[in-house]
Amino acid sequence: MTVPLALLGLLDREPSYGYDLKRAYDTYFGRGKPLPFGQVYSTLGRLARDGKVTAGQSEPGEGPDRKRYAITPVGRQEVEAWLAEPVAAEPLLQTVLFTKVVLALMLGHDAHGYLDAQRATHMRRMRELSEIKRSGALVDALLADHALFHLEADLRWIDVTTARLGALAETVRQS
Amino acid sequence: MTVDGLPVPGPLLEARSVDRSHGRTRALREANLSVTAGEILAIMGPSGSGKSTLLHCLAGVFTPDAGEVWFGGRRLDTLSDARRSELRRTAFGFVFQFGQLVPELTVADNVALPLLLGRAGRKQAYHRARGWLRRLELDDLGERRTGELSGGQAQRVAIARALVTRPQVIFADEPTGALDSLAGEKVMELLVGLARQEGVTVIVVTHDARVAACADREVMVRDGKVTDPYAGGAVR
Repeated sequence: MTVPLALLGLLDREPSYGYDLKRAYDTYFGRGKPLPFGQVYSTLGRLARDGKVTAGQSEPGEGPDRKRYAITPVGRQEVEAWLAEPVAAEPLLQTVLFTKVVLALMLGHDAHGYLDAQRATHMRRMRELSEIKRSGALVDALLADHALFHLEADLRWIDVTTARLGALAETVRQS
Repeated sequence: MTVDGLPVPGPLLEARSVDRSHGRTRALREANLSVTAGEILAIMGPSGSGKSTLLHCLAGVFTPDAGEVWFGGRRLDTLSDARRSELRRTAFGFVFQFGQLVPELTVADNVALPLLLGRAGRKQAYHRARGWLRRLELDDLGERRTGELSGGQAQRVAIARALVTRPQVIFADEPTGALDSLAGEKVMELLVGLARQEGVTVIVVTHDARVAACADREVMVRDGKVTDPYAGGAVR
């Protein structure tokens, strides 16, 4: 969902070749998951088809001929609208964690042990992310922060659920 | 790692089946914990779980009602008050949430204080204090009164004061509890970074998972019992 809009946003900055767009995307948003070239060109093709970008004439370069892409007013409008729109604050009420805890209680498995194991897994990942923060660039640190705050929220839920496990077990048994 | 110049085999600090009550409340129940030299350990747990009591037992501030505390291969809990007090002054450093600096004194005075109390020469004490203030990125604040500092700066002064005696263990109880995220992060970065450089063991009590994530390992205290999640979730 965000790849087309991220590419449009990068083109809103300045017209660019597909190769340079991919490099810019990987630098800011890839973080260990580079965008495949095929996806770059197929996305640009769809954006051109929908009138959100224009492709220039093929130009000879050092490698194969290349096209310079530019954003259109329609594309720019879409970027502006997207940037102004808040992301849905999803309540995530049906999380995998919750489902596992309830099922464990229902089936008489060790829900407490599961929550402890989940907690340890979250902490291990948080330690890795903290290390990235210590050694990485600001962009990496901010992305790690985003993940850290989300994992922290999960951990708070894990702690509260652990504290209320007895009551939850009672509720599950009664229903 | 050595204690009094002698190498320490095994764990540097250990709690063995420690019980401790406050009045009628049992704060610790057969708590076991082992900390190796140079390790950064986080003790986590809900409010009232016993994590601060465990820290104070390990540091020799509280003596257990039952069980044993070992430091550097020697019983700590059976030492006299005077000997434990000396150990706290020479081998341990402390960082608390707040209220640990002397407000009438300057930043440099506060950091030099443990050395002066340990009868170090004044010149040497201030020289070392300024060295630590520099490492804590506080070199231009030495002459300020501690009341003029931000919360984050005050905690960095407290870390400098804890490190100035070259302790073997730093005990930190909610060191970022009164700070915002960024200031807390800076405090932890400096505390952990300097401890690693100096080979100092750190035991930090925190309810903040982001603080605990700066440690090498964390244990949970619940209802006075210590759980190590990396020991198969077993209560140790």
